[in-house]
Amino acid sequence: MEYTILILILPLLSFLLLGLAGKIMPHKVAGTIGTLTLVAVTALSYYAAIEYFAAGRDASGVFAETMPYNFHWLPLGDTLCIDMGILISPISAMMLIVISTVSLMVHIYSLGYMEGERGFQRYYAFLSLFTFSMLGLVVATNIFQMYVFWELVGVSSYLLIGFYYTKPAAIAASKKAFIVTRFADLFFLIGILIYGYYTGTYSFTPQTDVLATAGAVLPTALLLMFIGGAGKSAMFPLHIWLPDAMEGPTPVSALIHAATMVVAGVYLVARMFPLFIGYAPEVLHIIAYVGAFTALYAAIVACVQTDIKRVLAFSTISQIAFMMVALGVCTSADPHEGGLGYMASMFHLFTHAMFKGLLFLGAGSIIHAVHSNEKSHMGGLRKYMPVTHITFLIACLAIAGIPPFSGFFSKDEILVACYNFSTPMGVFMSIVAAMTAFYMFRLYYLIFWGKSHYEEQLALYERGACDHEPHKPHESPARMTIPLIILAAITCVAGFIPFGEFISSNGRAYTIHIDKGVATASIILAAAGIALATIMYMKGESRITAKINQVLRTPIKAAYHRFYMDEVWMFITKKIIFKGISAPIAWFDRHIVDGSLDLLAKTAQKAGALIRPMQSGNVQTYSIWFLAGVLLISAILFFL
Amino acid sequence: MNYIQFFEMRPEVCLLGIYLIIFMYDLIATGSSRRVFHPLVCILTAALVVLTLGDRSHFTLFGGMYESNAIIVFMKSLLSFGALLVIMQSHKWISNSDSYHKQGEFYVLLLSTLVGMFFMISARHFLLLFIGIELASLPLACLVAFDKYRHNSAEAGVKYILSSMFASAIMLYGISFLYGTTGTLYFEDMAARMTGLPIQIFALVMFFAGMGFKISLVPFHFWTADSYQGAPTSVTAYLSVISKGAAVFTLFTVLTRVFAPMTEHWNLIICLTVVASITAANLMAIKQQDLKRFMAFSSISQAGYLMLAVIGGKATGMTSLVYYLIVYMVANMAVFAIIESVEWQIGAPAKRANFNGFYKSNPKLTFIMTLALFSLAGIPPFAGFFSKFFVFMNAFSAGAWIVVFIALLNTVISLYYYLLIVKAMYMKESAQPLERIKSDPYTRISLTICTVGIVLLGVCSFIYSGIDSIAFGL
Repeated sequence: MEYTILILILPLLSFLLLGLAGKIMPHKVAGTIGTLTLVAVTALSYYAAIEYFAAGRDASGVFAETMPYNFHWLPLGDTLCIDMGILISPISAMMLIVISTVSLMVHIYSLGYMEGERGFQRYYAFLSLFTFSMLGLVVATNIFQMYVFWELVGVSSYLLIGFYYTKPAAIAASKKAFIVTRFADLFFLIGILIYGYYTGTYSFTPQTDVLATAGAVLPTALLLMFIGGAGKSAMFPLHIWLPDAMEGPTPVSALIHAATMVVAGVYLVARMFPLFIGYAPEVLHIIAYVGAFTALYAAIVACVQTDIKRVLAFSTISQIAFMMVALGVCTSADPHEGGLGYMASMFHLFTHAMFKGLLFLGAGSIIHAVHSNEKSHMGGLRKYMPVTHITFLIACLAIAGIPPFSGFFSKDEILVACYNFSTPMGVFMSIVAAMTAFYMFRLYYLIFWGKSHYEEQLALYERGACDHEPHKPHESPARMTIPLIILAAITCVAGFIPFGEFISSNGRAYTIHIDKGVATASIILAAAGIALATIMYMKGESRITAKINQVLRTPIKAAYHRFYMDEVWMFITKKIIFKGISAPIAWFDRHIVDGSLDLLAKTAQKAGALIRPMQSGNVQTYSIWFLAGVLLISAILFFL
Repeated sequence: MNYIQFFEMRPEVCLLGIYLIIFMYDLIATGSSRRVFHPLVCILTAALVVLTLGDRSHFTLFGGMYESNAIIVFMKSLLSFGALLVIMQSHKWISNSDSYHKQGEFYVLLLSTLVGMFFMISARHFLLLFIGIELASLPLACLVAFDKYRHNSAEAGVKYILSSMFASAIMLYGISFLYGTTGTLYFEDMAARMTGLPIQIFALVMFFAGMGFKISLVPFHFWTADSYQGAPTSVTAYLSVISKGAAVFTLFTVLTRVFAPMTEHWNLIICLTVVASITAANLMAIKQQDLKRFMAFSSISQAGYLMLAVIGGKATGMTSLVYYLIVYMVANMAVFAIIESVEWQIGAPAKRANFNGFYKSNPKLTFIMTLALFSLAGIPPFAGFFSKFFVFMNAFSAGAWIVVFIALLNTVISLYYYLLIVKAMYMKESAQPLERIKSDPYTRISLTICTVGIVLLGVCSFIYSGIDSIAFGL
């Protein structure tokens, strides 16, 4: 499978070409180069995945991992060595398909969405770079390579989110995303340091005899790595960057914040799963609790947001938390004995990538039509945008967990895994699933049903109350609707993929069977959520809605402000670090250290000293500090 | 005494030869022949980089006062290379009407500090070491005060020389304690007679403080911001990379050779100063508007990271130290070259606000600046990430994991302030954006070298392996 290297090289070349020569290219050429590259990458990814799975299982009944490339990039010391290469395993083959598919859809879609934007070529260059980094991340042969690409993903998403660089909110958001994830990554890096130091390797699967000695520190290392993953996958309380990142172009949100970058954390935990389950099951359970809390938290917040992309952002956080929970509730490596969650998590990752990509692209299509993110500017759009409407509805049904759409199957597996773990966990996650159905259909009704904002404006205009004719919403061009249709088609059928045949926690084939009790309960709950949303929002915001809003106004306000988590972080960073520490030190530097000279100079002048007030006093202060430093260090050495 | 020994010190002899040629040329050349002065110096310095590399054997001279081995030779070549970059970037400044007549002085002073550094890193005797340090410091004071009628340059020079003298005095005091308790100035003999008396520990602290001044570690850093800000930008670049690099290397040597019995003590000192340096400098850097002052604080925190390589005093530490230095050199020199270009464009010290909208008028320079800042912030896949990773690994394997954690936490803060500049360049609008800067060919070559370095140093693993293979010569 030597050709797999092309999957990485092609987008890199495309990035270099578009980045260096993009300026002299017409928009069309740049877009075509980017898209064709992705067509090739997608074809290769599918071919690689098919070839890999078609090769069949080995004697022990698992799909053997293959490394077409793995060269020693840098030997450190005697045993420790940083490698670079390509690893094809069941989950990386699946990720190749997910990433290339969604990325291709986004490339095609952007041809229409970004048409005529300034910096169109730059946009495609960044998309290529992002695709390259993400693909590099999933095929990494070792944790170190994964980290390098992990950071590269961070850099390219920084560039993409901040693409509208004239928009202050976009700049702030890109910086926030970068710094928050970087903050989490530092724990990841420490985890890697510990891991490499104690196991003597960066490989995902160290020798068992090494692990016997390193076993004691392994939970710490894995927990630290998970914090890195929690940053990228927006787990509470590190989720604050994701909603803001919605300031980027909408197709970018579809790519980064639905299907690829945000699931990197889930992928990381899945990659290290054998170690988690073998040596740190308690860390897995921490992951489960963090995930469960995040799922609920994000679902509550999603219920009251007014910006449609933010609703999707919180729904993403919640769904990714589902995947984390599924991994976290595993208690053994055998899918029949409590290891079901692994398969369920990967399955949900797959289906979610497709339908959430679809939702974001649909949202983009709507924003494209009405030029606003706010729900108040929408309403009644189903007449004007039939394709967007139907595909969006399919995605909503899928995420709500209504059969036969894909989300039902994967979510059902997750819920079964949760019930296997403990009944409270199962009930808890079922409630969150019902909330998912509610807020997604709230969104759906507010966009496509109710009073049409356009018609209201038109009526105003005809009465002369408004001086410009409102812009009539229209269906998007084919370049944008075709990706929607393709993703909708995948969403309809993906649930029937015998996923367990390909991926399971111990690698052996596992036949998915629907647990009738759990399935019935979850369908009823989802239907209840949808019904509630229908009553409350189908005809615009009805009287019942107003009443409920009135009764619950305090919690709703808190949820609308995302429970003030951003403010908490702002308080920590701005008030404590910058204002509380940095500013006084800077002040000290300016006024005491620098200013002591002025003071001395003034005193000197007053005393009639003849020396020009050139900063001589200053140096004396410096010397005193210097000497104080020497004495302080000596004191510490002697008395410690 | 066998005088032929002098000629075995090949790097020093080459450097002195070049020094004399430049000195003579400065006296003799008049009129039009002075125009080739700058290219001549560049070529000679480039030759020095190559010439020093030749001899990699291990030998000692003058009864063990002077030592040479592969890593020392490599380090000398690296310092010459840094000096070459500085000289190249100084072209615009040195050929303007204010400093044109003292062009020769600049080169001569610069190269004489280089002689001092060569002796510093080769010294195996405290006398030679001290002479080397002074030789490297005194001309620097002249260089800092070079633009004596501008930008507080004279003031910066005075501050530098006074602080430097104070630091030297303290260090000398420490050395005298050592001499008093051991009766020798040779590193090896001294190490053998080191008993760990309290007075020797005190001497260790004093010696460390003296070197800490040159490296600008907190709390010995107070001169840094003022001197960096006031000095001509080329000199600031020289101070922040080359002078600092030589000092860290020397400190590493002395700590492992002389103070080996007190490893625990100096590990603790390093940990304390590293944490103080990185944290304090980072917090101060956030608020700085003046770019040179900002880079001064940035360099203090980078010095802290550099010192992480010294913890433990092992061969891997030496490798990561030299590697860090190369990577830091290319990134920092690129930043200073751009700051200098901007300063010439606006005719005043560069503020962060001057970089608003820089992308629109100078996309190439913006791109290089972004790469350099990303490298300084330690983001993969740029070289800065790998260099940071290696020093972290060294400190970690020496057991200083709390320090590593604090240092890592600080990389996030540093990312914040480096991004402030990136943000200004790409995203802020400016009422009066800078015009397109036309760089002189020297700066352009030097920037090209730096850019290639930033991108390739991280990817080309053989560089690290190469240093690693010779680091055991220590």
